[in-house]
Amino acid sequence: MPDSTLVGLHHEEEHHPELLHHFATAEQQRDAASLGMWVFLGTEVMFFGGLFCAYLVYRHWYFPDFAAASKSIDATMGATNTAVLICSSLTVVLALWAAQTARRTLLIGSLILTMLLGVTFLGIKGKEYKDKFEEHHVPGASFSFSGVPVPGHPGQYANPRHAQIFFTLYFVMTGLHALHMIIGLGIFSWLLTMAWKGRFTPEYHTPIEIGGLYWHFVDIIWIYLFPLLYLIDRHP
Amino acid sequence: MKMSPAIPQPVERENYLNKEYGVWSWLLTTDHKRIALLYLVSITFFFFIGGFFALLIRLELLTPAGDLVQADTYNKLFTMHGMIMVFFFLIPSIPAVLGNFLVPLMVGAKDLAFPRINLLSWYLYIIGGALMLHCVLTGGVDTGWTFYAPFSTSFTNTKIVEAGIAIFIAGFSSILTGLNFVVTIHRMRAPGMTWSRLPLFIWAHYATSIIQLLGTPVIAVTIVLVAAERALHLGIFDPKLGGDPLLFQHLFWFYSHPAVYIMILPAMGVITEIIACFARKRIFGYSFVAFSSIAIAVFGFLVWAHHMFVAGISVYSALVFSFLSYAVALPSAVKVFNWTATLYKGSIHYDAPMLYAFGFLGLFTMGGLTGLFLAALGIDVHVTDTYFVVAHFHYIMVGGAVMGYLGGMHFWWPKISGRLYPEGWARLAALIVFIGFNLTFFPQFVLGYMGMPRRYYDYSHMPEFQVLNVLSTAGSTVLGIGYLLPMVYFLWSMRYGKPASDNPWNAAGLEWKTTSPPPTFNFDEEPVVTWEAYNYDELDAPHPQEVPVAR
Repeated sequence: MPDSTLVGLHHEEEHHPELLHHFATAEQQRDAASLGMWVFLGTEVMFFGGLFCAYLVYRHWYFPDFAAASKSIDATMGATNTAVLICSSLTVVLALWAAQTARRTLLIGSLILTMLLGVTFLGIKGKEYKDKFEEHHVPGASFSFSGVPVPGHPGQYANPRHAQIFFTLYFVMTGLHALHMIIGLGIFSWLLTMAWKGRFTPEYHTPIEIGGLYWHFVDIIWIYLFPLLYLIDRHP
Repeated sequence: MKMSPAIPQPVERENYLNKEYGVWSWLLTTDHKRIALLYLVSITFFFFIGGFFALLIRLELLTPAGDLVQADTYNKLFTMHGMIMVFFFLIPSIPAVLGNFLVPLMVGAKDLAFPRINLLSWYLYIIGGALMLHCVLTGGVDTGWTFYAPFSTSFTNTKIVEAGIAIFIAGFSSILTGLNFVVTIHRMRAPGMTWSRLPLFIWAHYATSIIQLLGTPVIAVTIVLVAAERALHLGIFDPKLGGDPLLFQHLFWFYSHPAVYIMILPAMGVITEIIACFARKRIFGYSFVAFSSIAIAVFGFLVWAHHMFVAGISVYSALVFSFLSYAVALPSAVKVFNWTATLYKGSIHYDAPMLYAFGFLGLFTMGGLTGLFLAALGIDVHVTDTYFVVAHFHYIMVGGAVMGYLGGMHFWWPKISGRLYPEGWARLAALIVFIGFNLTFFPQFVLGYMGMPRRYYDYSHMPEFQVLNVLSTAGSTVLGIGYLLPMVYFLWSMRYGKPASDNPWNAAGLEWKTTSPPPTFNFDEEPVVTWEAYNYDELDAPHPQEVPVAR
């Protein structure tokens, strides 16, 4: 890195080491990367969109069963996870600001904190999955959901078959979300390595920007999943 | 050692083909032109596998009795034919080969925006394709390419999950190609290349990419649900377990109807380029042709339930979808009228690409108009699941998309390979394809209208259908020869063809302003565009001796 500090700023603009051969300017490269991530997030919206569509149909058909099944998930853990992810969004923004203003320690610290929050989320999610497994609420051969009352309707019990559809959607949706979190952790450990080597400068920090976009997107998916899955017809 | 090639070679300048040699220079390349050729080889391979299944289907239907294969094998034949042709040939065909090669050249860029993602998309395609081949060789699938639930999830014993994973992976390859095109078209245009100066091929690919990006994820997640339901015996789509089979059809067709436009829109882009060049005229109504591509992409997302008119959707929603299906005919008709108006008083040259373009015009119009029959609720109920439907979509997907693909391959072959193909053979092949196609599929319209159901291996209770089936089978053989010919003479021309000049057709467009074949970074100097698209009034017609004709 000593070389780049010796070269003049103008020269560095034109021959930035991170500028790929097929781009004319660093700005074009950043614009392309950023647009690419936005477009990719558009496809992700459609990817989850199919599931949200299925969710809507069955929630409309089997509302009492969905309410009963939803009540069996631990809303406190879900709420904690929501808070964890919102905090991680803050640390991502901090990391970006740190890169823009050349604060290396803050940058590395924020990236590590983001990853820790991500791991915390996955840990809590794992605990929820374990509870569901022990309660035989995982869809499949050992699924059982008999004798569970429908909230607000005394004497009415949920249809296990319909509740199983809820749990299928619960596991597929949160499972895909968790998979995205794991991929996010992979991206952030790569960002951390790059930051550790001092590759990010106020002029070049596109990877943090687009990695951050991805992270925020995964957070937003959870912001929708939490009320839709945990808070159906819940009353104090 | 070979002593002398047929034609003495001048010292070749460095280009993307001769810059490096060796397997790894191809398998690890990030050059969009080399990736296009990787795709070309792979989709040709799958095209001939899918075609082989098609020939077996036609052979079985030669006689009314089920004598060549039995029901189970026949079900697998048409399923594997459909899956391979749709997901491994038609969807990648023009975008991944011609689009990959031409999009950066046409917008004046050195490469696509994300060259490594482009290579990744080819590897995903190959992984998906290998899985699909494994699936075929170890038993295949018998549900039809639509893998309708609950038959696919609860009843059939064939390899649904494996085929699903193969299509899932190939789907992501398609998404990545679309993503690369959108970003390249937005961000990588050369100075002066405004949106209204883009070739209409680019507009068509932009519209295609939108469908790839927004449609493909939906079928991906549908496949995940089918696999989950099948593996764990859940009830997402199986009505016995509380699921909704119609939901599957909605999700499936939400992608699979727009997928037809993934196949036909790029072909429309190719045809636009060819017609303007061989009529030596500016395209008539540039902005109408451009925005009709976008309109097709948008309307295409709103018509999916016309595949479900008899599946039990409400009459009112069927009415709306019927109306919207008519609406999608408008932008398609705008294109056909504009092409015709471009031909009017043009100075028309009947070279092989133009013959394919004429073939496309006729066949696409036939396919499109019979599509209106199917959009009409009453007629659709009458011909649902008959050969009428089969004939209709083959007129679009084979008569339209494959004609466009072959026309484009001929038109840009001098640029891709740096060699001229034998024009006489090419014209003959175009003629054979046109005749073979109509002989194969026109009788199927009649068969379907008379009531022959699709997907039957044995029609011995209705032997009066045999004559038309024999015609169709004969046609498929002719068509097969028509498809083999270009492969043979393209390969031949790579070694023995005359070297092509930079612009053998005297065509407009940036891709013709660089050398044939282009250098690795496409242009020796960054192009600056100061002219409008299709400025054929400023270009001379090609001189006869420069026309790639081996007379």
